[in-house]
Amino acid sequence: MANATTELTYNSKIEGDIVPTTIDSAINWLRNNSMWPMPMGLACCAIELMAAASSRYDIARFGAEVMRFSPRQSDCMIVAGTVTYKMAPIVRRIYDQMAAPKWVIAMGACASSGGMYRSYATLQGVDRIIPVDVYVSGCPPRPEALLDALMKLQDKVKRERSGSKLLSA
Amino acid sequence: MTTDVDITNAVRQQFPSAAPRASLDCPAFNIPAGEAIALLRHLRDAQGYDFLMDVTGIDWSAEKSPRFTVVWHLYSSAKHVYVRVAADCASDGEPAMPTATGLWAGADWHEREAYDMLGIKFTGHPDLRRILMWEGYPYFPLRKEFPLAGLPTELDDPEISEETKTGVISAPMAGGPFVATPGEPMSDAEPRAKDEAWNEQNEKPE
Repeated sequence: MANATTELTYNSKIEGDIVPTTIDSAINWLRNNSMWPMPMGLACCAIELMAAASSRYDIARFGAEVMRFSPRQSDCMIVAGTVTYKMAPIVRRIYDQMAAPKWVIAMGACASSGGMYRSYATLQGVDRIIPVDVYVSGCPPRPEALLDALMKLQDKVKRERSGSKLLSA
Repeated sequence: MTTDVDITNAVRQQFPSAAPRASLDCPAFNIPAGEAIALLRHLRDAQGYDFLMDVTGIDWSAEKSPRFTVVWHLYSSAKHVYVRVAADCASDGEPAMPTATGLWAGADWHEREAYDMLGIKFTGHPDLRRILMWEGYPYFPLRKEFPLAGLPTELDDPEISEETKTGVISAPMAGGPFVATPGEPMSDAEPRAKDEAWNEQNEKPE
């Protein structure tokens, strides 16, 4: 029976260095809380992406504040903006350069579907060239919507059988 | 906006072939393509029109001849007035115009854009490449016969095309383009009032 003096947390004096868990939850815990974004800022959505990173919305609360401008160091590509056909091969190449495991958030109407740009120059949804995990509606979406997308992605990652995937790879 | 009333006479004296062009704002001239650069040089050096605001092109559609017109807008930073010069391209199939990059270095990117969008070749341009679309794009998208949705073609990178099995497609217009028609009441004019039940899967009902 716990009384007022009992600590309800991990105590190294009692538990030592051993934490019983499963490999899936340990790996997913690590991945979830340090999901470093690749900011693929291509249009006005990138302004909202910047707002999401700043103090009022503070994406750091979810462990995703470390915008990496090198694809080698990032886990989650946030495609923020209109992808033109001229830019599309470059977006795909950057995605290819990211180390697995990697995820993609299509931020806003343009990245999700081409948005209002039904034209000769605009890729009609970034999912035509890269696999997308979460789509965010809005033109542009508010920073809260991006935070919600990140939480949705974290929920998805939490359910992955990452340990067995890692061992079978 | 103040206008330069003397410029019309001054230009007509110097260039008898320059015809006044219909204009609602600043003085404007039509000039044969061969004399265009000489007129621009005269306006810059003798008349004080030292700043090139814009170089652009017009496609009057495939039925018209001459089909393409190049338009220059000049500004005088001393007199604070504009002047417009227009010249028709001689050929409708292979439109060409002498470059103004020798007079204003800033003409470079304007001419590249006019070339990219309309296919007007500026002869003597130091670096006439496409500026908005990629090299190798087979069309000139602002020509009248080119559809807004675009025409299917390959992506710029064959390796990515191969891997993603995708290319440039005609954009699904899904009942669009969604523009309001003028003159109707708002409830009838706006796109939402029109039947938008058709898209790339479902044919538009007749």
